[in-house]
This record gives sequence, C-alpha cells and structure tokens, in this order.
Amino acid sequence: MAYSDKVVDHYNNPRNVGTLDKSSTEVGTGLVGAPECGDVMRLQIRVNPETQVIEEAKFKTFGCGSAIASSSLATEWIKGRTVNDALEIKNTDIVKELSLPPVKIHCSVLAEDAIRAAIGDWKKKNSVAETSAVAAEAK
Amino acid sequence: MSTVTSQIEVPAGVTLPIYMDNHATSPLDSRVLEAMMPFLTNKFGNAASRNHSFGWEAEQAVEAAREQIAKLIGATAKEIIFTSGATESNNLAIKGIAEMYRERGNHIITQVTEHKAVLDTCKRLEKYGYRVTYLPVKADGLIDIEDLKRAIDDKTILVSIMYANNEIGVIQPIREIGKLCHEKGILFHTDAVQAVGKVPVNVIEDNIDVLSLSGHKIYGPKGVGALYVRRRNPRVQIAAQIDGGGHERGMRSGTLNVPGIVGLGAACEIARTEMDTEAAYLRGLRDRLQKQLESELDYIHINGSMEHRLPGNLNVSFVYVEGESLLMGINDVAVSSGSACTSATLEPSYVLKALGLGDDVAHSSIRFGLGRFNTQAEVDYVAAKVIDIVKKLRELSPLYEMVKEGIDLTKIEWQAH
Repeated sequence: MAYSDKVVDHYNNPRNVGTLDKSSTEVGTGLVGAPECGDVMRLQIRVNPETQVIEEAKFKTFGCGSAIASSSLATEWIKGRTVNDALEIKNTDIVKELSLPPVKIHCSVLAEDAIRAAIGDWKKKNSVAETSAVAAEAK
Repeated sequence: MSTVTSQIEVPAGVTLPIYMDNHATSPLDSRVLEAMMPFLTNKFGNAASRNHSFGWEAEQAVEAAREQIAKLIGATAKEIIFTSGATESNNLAIKGIAEMYRERGNHIITQVTEHKAVLDTCKRLEKYGYRVTYLPVKADGLIDIEDLKRAIDDKTILVSIMYANNEIGVIQPIREIGKLCHEKGILFHTDAVQAVGKVPVNVIEDNIDVLSLSGHKIYGPKGVGALYVRRRNPRVQIAAQIDGGGHERGMRSGTLNVPGIVGLGAACEIARTEMDTEAAYLRGLRDRLQKQLESELDYIHINGSMEHRLPGNLNVSFVYVEGESLLMGINDVAVSSGSACTSATLEPSYVLKALGLGDDVAHSSIRFGLGRFNTQAEVDYVAAKVIDIVKKLRELSPLYEMVKEGIDLTKIEWQAH
C-alpha cells in the first residue's frame, strides 16, 4: 500500500508523543479503540483552567501508520485551541489532510473519538472538582 | 522529538531492498532460467505435435521434467500431471476426487489452517451436497490425529491436509495421517507447495495418494505446477475439471506450458540435490534471526511449533506493536504480516487465530520467509532493523506503557469498533 507523504512524515516524525499525569485535574485522557481491532489511541490534553485553552497535547498509539499519523495530526491541531474549538475538528478534515484511502477512514474516526474522549474526561473531571472537591479519577 | 526512522547501517555486500518473503514466492534460480531459455526461443514446439521434430523435442523435454519432479517426491513419471500451479492442482484434486467418488460417499475432511485454495474449494463442494469437516489445530498449529480418527465416518472419501503451512511453516504429521487414511480406505491429498523441495517428501513412505506442488515456491517459474496422482495401491481416479484435447491422461486438457514445465523440472532437480545443505543453511539463518530478536526484545511470541517446522520459516508476534506499522518502518525489507491492516478483508490472519491467539497477537505478527539467496549479513541487518523499529514503536504504544506499569490489559473495557 502506498502512503501519502504526510502519513509517512507523521509516522517518521510523530508529533507530541508522550504521557501526561492523568491524575491532574487539568489533564483529560481519552483511550479509544481496542487491541483486538488492531488500533488503540490514547490522547491526553492539559487545559488551562482560566482560558480553557489546550496548552499541551500528547498521544500514544498502537496501530498502523495511518492511525499513528491521524493521532499525531490531531495533537497538532488541538494544541492552542479552546476545548470547544477542538470539538469542531471532524474526521473528514483528517482524511483530507492526510489523503487517507477509504480503508483507512476508521483511523481518522478513531482520532476524532480520541479528541472527544479526552475533552469529555477533562470536562467530567472539572465539574466533579468544582462541585464536590472529590479527587478526580481518570480512566 | 521522537522519530521512527531507523538509522541502522547497511553492511557491505547487502543490497536493498532485501527479499525475505519466500513463502509468497521465490526468485527464479538462474540455472532454471538457463534450462528454460531454449524453450522460450527456438524450441517452441507443441508437446502434443506427434508428427514433426518441433513436437518431439518439446515432448522429450516435458517427459524429462516429469522424471525430475517424480524423483524429488519418490513417485514415477506417469503419476505427474501438469497444471498451472498449486491452486489449480488443489481444485483438480479435491473437486476431481469428490466427483469421481461421489457414489462411495460425500464426506471430506480438511483442517482450518489450509490455504484458501483448499478451504474455498471445500466450501464450494458444500453447496453441492458434500459434507466437510474442518479439523481444529492445537496451539502449536498441528492437528490432533485423534480428532481425525473421530471425524472419519463411512461416507468419508477424502482427507486433505497440507504438508507445511504457508504462514507459520508448521509441518503436519503427514505420514501418520496417510497411514490412517490407507487403513480406512480413504484417499489422502496433501497441498505440499511449501514443503516440496524444502524438506524430504516421499509419497510412498508418507502414504500420500494425491499431492499438489508449484514451481514458483522452489525458485522455478510462476504459472506452472503439478499434481501427483497415485497409480498403484490404490489407483486414484480424478474427474477432469477442464475439458478439451485430453492431455495429461485425460485429467487436464490444454497445451502444455513447455518452458514452464522445463523450469519446474530443473527447479526440482536442483532442490533434490541441494536440499540437505540448503535446509541446514536456512535453519542456521533462521535460528540466528530468532536468537537476535529474542536477545533484544521482550514480549515476543513465536507462532507455531518450532520442532515441526520448515527450516526457512519464522513467524513472530511483536506484542503491543501493530504489524503494518512495523512493515512501514522496515520498508526496505520484504516480509509479510498477519495484521488485518495488510489484508483486503481487514481481518487478521485466520491461521494465527486458529492457534488460539488473540486478535491483538495476530495483528502484531511478522512472517520471515528465508530462502536460498538470503545471506547472514542480510539476516543481521534485518534483525537490527526490526529490533530498532519495534523499540521505537513501543515508545509510541500505549499498550506497552500500560503493561510496563503493571496494568492488566484484559481487565480494561475496550470499545471495539
């Protein structure tokens, strides 16, 4: 299978690989996919509580080159956006940017899911933290 | 910034890309090409032309090739039928026997890790009223002979079990299977495409009645194969699946592919005389590769029996790394993966699944197929490169990180998609 130059670039030089402290209230973690399906993405964001801007984004992905590229690109795109802005990113934007073939569209869907899951986790954590002061728990 | 690009130095004498996918196909041996050349040029006769020298020299060459092939598998020349390759041989054997012995019974036994050329042929026969039993395999890839015994009934006409598997290289207990079939008066067919020329195959000692083989897996040309059909004890009859001029004792019509057949013959001759040294050489390379991988990487899983296995095969799962992403990192090395992402169906290898491996382990598998022209320097380069890329991809793998932290991945509620 031929990969687009952008997929190859993200595969060779993945952006924002890493791990954030999932116990921090500023951090949201999204873990999507399943090992038996051949792809698992973990996307993490650190959000500024004042501005709701995503100041840091990190990922780790088990999956094919397109899955790695999709999640790498997702971290690039969400960094610097507010959480609500980041939710505007659609999988079709990723497909377009990376020129993913039809069989790889699920990789982009997974990346969109990962963004939503990370933001969802952060939102959940922070409403919990605001109302009850119980230590938030990440997955 | 982390990077997946590998910086492994290419040793002297190694040219990229390296071909290490010899179960898929093998390069043509120059000696085989040399034997074929006259029949691709001035010796163009039709082997069925009986009344001029062009036909005679073609026929002579075909008969010489028949001898060479027969000799490699302990058969006689008259028992060799030429086909277009192993897919056709498997179709002809199974459909031809099913049709010919229909009055005696309608039950066929095969097993789950067969090549699709056998499985899909059996599936088609099921539509026509045949019953097919697909035996399971054990974790090492071998069938249990007791399962076979239990599956046989008074309607069983044919057992079709492959000699060696194309993905995991596992060699089935052929001799025992053949013996059991002969005791029960059931015909035994084996798809021996991966085994012929690699390990000793003898149709008499192994109790084989019908055997499929192919040219391009043994450094011969593509588009030519053969079917061994036993003539004595028992005399096997096969209904032709291609009608026409009645070539090949009426079992397979069609003008013979003379250059291909000459090439197949030459390939068999070379395999017969060089098998012992080549097998020892390949086993050495394979063991070296395995040792290097195992010494540098944790969480690696060898798929299939190491004891009953082709010398040139190594099938490894690099757990927590997805196979296609690994192939992408070693793109100057030709190997294959059981990952779903590399298949058209998006299903991981049914062979690896049949071993009872989880889909996640199947997704992480790489098949190394070592062959005649691979060198030790190539093995060392491939091992270093694979180790390098696996380590880098594991830095990227959330699963590897979680396992290292002591998290039990089976306890997580994954959202399958």
